[in-house]
Amino acid sequence: MKRESSYWAAIVHRVSGIALALFLPLHFWALSTALEMDAFLEWTRQPLVKLGEWAIVVALAAHLAGGLRVLALEFLPWHDRQRTLAATAAGLAVAVGLAFALAL
Amino acid sequence: MLWILQRASAVVLAFCVMVHLGSIIYAVQGGLTAAEILGRTRGNAGWLAFYCVFVLAVSVHAPIGLRTVFIEWLRWRGRSRDVVLLLFSGVLAWTGMRAVLAVFA
Repeated sequence: MKRESSYWAAIVHRVSGIALALFLPLHFWALSTALEMDAFLEWTRQPLVKLGEWAIVVALAAHLAGGLRVLALEFLPWHDRQRTLAATAAGLAVAVGLAFALAL
Repeated sequence: MLWILQRASAVVLAFCVMVHLGSIIYAVQGGLTAAEILGRTRGNAGWLAFYCVFVLAVSVHAPIGLRTVFIEWLRWRGRSRDVVLLLFSGVLAWTGMRAVLAVFA
């Protein structure tokens, strides 16, 4: 069980990192060219785009939480807390996902 | 060296991402318009500096993370991998700084 929670934490950390790396160039492009155009923001009001926005915010929160978990394991004497750290990371990602969904 | 760079950039990014997530959740309330966003951001030197640091840290962090993925999941070794990652780092830094200047300068 201990090993399994660490495994899933590592997979989520990796997959969210890949998603963020793919998203970032598009994000930067949109900010540098499209902010002048409210047409772009209009496009982002579609339900599917909103779902995508929500997913990338959750990926960002999950990657942050997973990264804090890794830093805690490597630099703090918390090696025996793998399960607690994985659960805390999941909780943080869910909390940010909920807060963003409510704010949308 | 890459290990240290990845951890150091992670610590910077942890702080940046917390601030960024907070400002996203604050800003999206009531919908977004270009005028509203730019009204808040243009000429704001503090946020300009913050996002310059954010972009540079991510330009270091993302390619090093992808490097591990390329090695472990794609078994991609050799010079071509690192050339691609260096290019990716450059693209992130260039497009990122362009975005920061468009929004904050």
